[in-house]
Amino acid sequence: MTEELVIETKGLKKTFVSKIKGKKKEVEAVKGVDLAVKKGEIFGFLGPNGAGKSTTQKMLSTLLPPTGGEAKVAGFDLEKEQSQIRKNIGYVSQAGGTDSGATGYENLILQAQLYGIDDKTAKKQAEELVKRFQMDSFADRPASTYSGGQKRRLDVALGMTHRPQLLLLDEPTTGLDPQSRVYMWEEIKKLKADGVSIFLTTHYMEEADNLCDTIAIVDDGTIIIKGTPMELKNSIGADIVVFGFSDENIARKSEQLLEKVHPEKITREETFVRLHIKDGDRAMPEVLRLLDANNLKAQNITLSRPSLDDVFLKYTGRSLREDNK
Amino acid sequence: MKLLRGIQLMFIRNMRQTLRSPIFVFVSLFQPLLYLFLFMPLLNGLGGVPGLPAGKTVQIFIPGLLVMMALFGSAFVGFNLIDDIRSGVIERFLVTPVNRSAILLGRVLRDAVVLLTQCVLITLVAIPLGLSVNIGGFLLSLVLYAMVSITMASMSYSFALIYRIEDPLAPTLNTITLPLSLLSGIMLPLALAPLWLQDLAKVNPFSYAVNASRALFAGNFQSIDIIEGFVIIFLLMSVVFWWSLNSLRKLEE
Repeated sequence: MTEELVIETKGLKKTFVSKIKGKKKEVEAVKGVDLAVKKGEIFGFLGPNGAGKSTTQKMLSTLLPPTGGEAKVAGFDLEKEQSQIRKNIGYVSQAGGTDSGATGYENLILQAQLYGIDDKTAKKQAEELVKRFQMDSFADRPASTYSGGQKRRLDVALGMTHRPQLLLLDEPTTGLDPQSRVYMWEEIKKLKADGVSIFLTTHYMEEADNLCDTIAIVDDGTIIIKGTPMELKNSIGADIVVFGFSDENIARKSEQLLEKVHPEKITREETFVRLHIKDGDRAMPEVLRLLDANNLKAQNITLSRPSLDDVFLKYTGRSLREDNK
Repeated sequence: MKLLRGIQLMFIRNMRQTLRSPIFVFVSLFQPLLYLFLFMPLLNGLGGVPGLPAGKTVQIFIPGLLVMMALFGSAFVGFNLIDDIRSGVIERFLVTPVNRSAILLGRVLRDAVVLLTQCVLITLVAIPLGLSVNIGGFLLSLVLYAMVSITMASMSYSFALIYRIEDPLAPTLNTITLPLSLLSGIMLPLALAPLWLQDLAKVNPFSYAVNASRALFAGNFQSIDIIEGFVIIFLLMSVVFWWSLNSLRKLEE
């Protein structure tokens, strides 16, 4: 028996055509994405800004017509059954979508009415959502007075108004303070426990690591690798030892030296040399002796289990953290 | 989701926003009042020139002024749409089952209602100044102003949806509205204009709205101007509204 999929795409593509000085220029934002999101899971789309995450999500939400490929969302065909998809999914964009001129209640009631829910039920549902997302203390104030965390809570509540089986969240915690972020993570986990399938984009690997059952790492419009956070980290197959040197010159020399012993497993960023090595704790003394013997003194050493950033680095040659600066 | 229900919901949402700061409805009355009290007296002195019979200045000027209010008053509504685009509100509406045209119709109808309120107020102010109003004609003229308002509001929303930022919006709208109002014989009768200028005014759809408006105020219901004005503005409104709807569809591209 195959597992039920809430999102299934084959070669999903989006090419934007922009005119610059009369010349047509094509930009391939999404270059053929294959996705399989299982019912009930939290699926994370992890990648740097501009990787095509939001574009993919806008396509899945029916906002943006794809230029190629096919997709099924919540069991409906993206090309032919858009209105069915709209009724069955919730979408929370990066901007959020809160109407700042209206109160939380007014926002929630209108949203329910837009889904064809009658006035009385809409009001009742709004009250339930206010309780569910702990918005009692501010829901009757205009949304323009909300803090970032409060606004985000309302955004998600708006996406959940019609009780969709699938929720698309675009960068749910970008710009939130750490406390609000943790709160949002808890909320997302609660939604999953209620049986909602979630497809979220993020450029925070802690978020992907913490929340997601499955992760697809995207870069430059393509999925580089997908799997569970554990599988991805294990795919590195080694620990990571990072040596810090006093200057770039020494770092470069050390890199060259270590390359002879451990080719293909070494990368350097400025004064840091990163070595992917099995049983790092045992291998470290030997590497240190080798460096010492060549008069290359490391200033500090850290040994760590691979993180998703290391996964990203391994497959793209760039650090995700750097991209986010 | 039924179209009418969608329009109703969107209209209420936008109207509520307007009513939260009703002061702006009155602030925008300031300009027409200035024209009424600081410009119309100048025309009184011209009484007797072609197109401006002596003693009838107010009767000629007010119907034109009301069209101008519809032109300018609704031309800048695109700014509040940009706020809604930026905060993701429009995107959120687009993902719900609500009809796309309802999203815009709810807005332009709000704009029309605001404009009509202002038109009624200005007309009431002008009555003590000697304006005589044919009730039937006035009610019909309100329909005409509403159509002018919807045309301009739709144009404004189109540009807002295309630019998505404020900076180019004001210059674009000014560049379009100023010649439209100059070439419609609102300030001074076009009868005073040289022939080439009169010809130019003939391609300006709003000059027909002004003619229709004047005929309606005069209760001159046999005038061909009325039919011409209604037909031309209705066609223009349909085309511009269709354009705004198309711009909404392309918002994400």
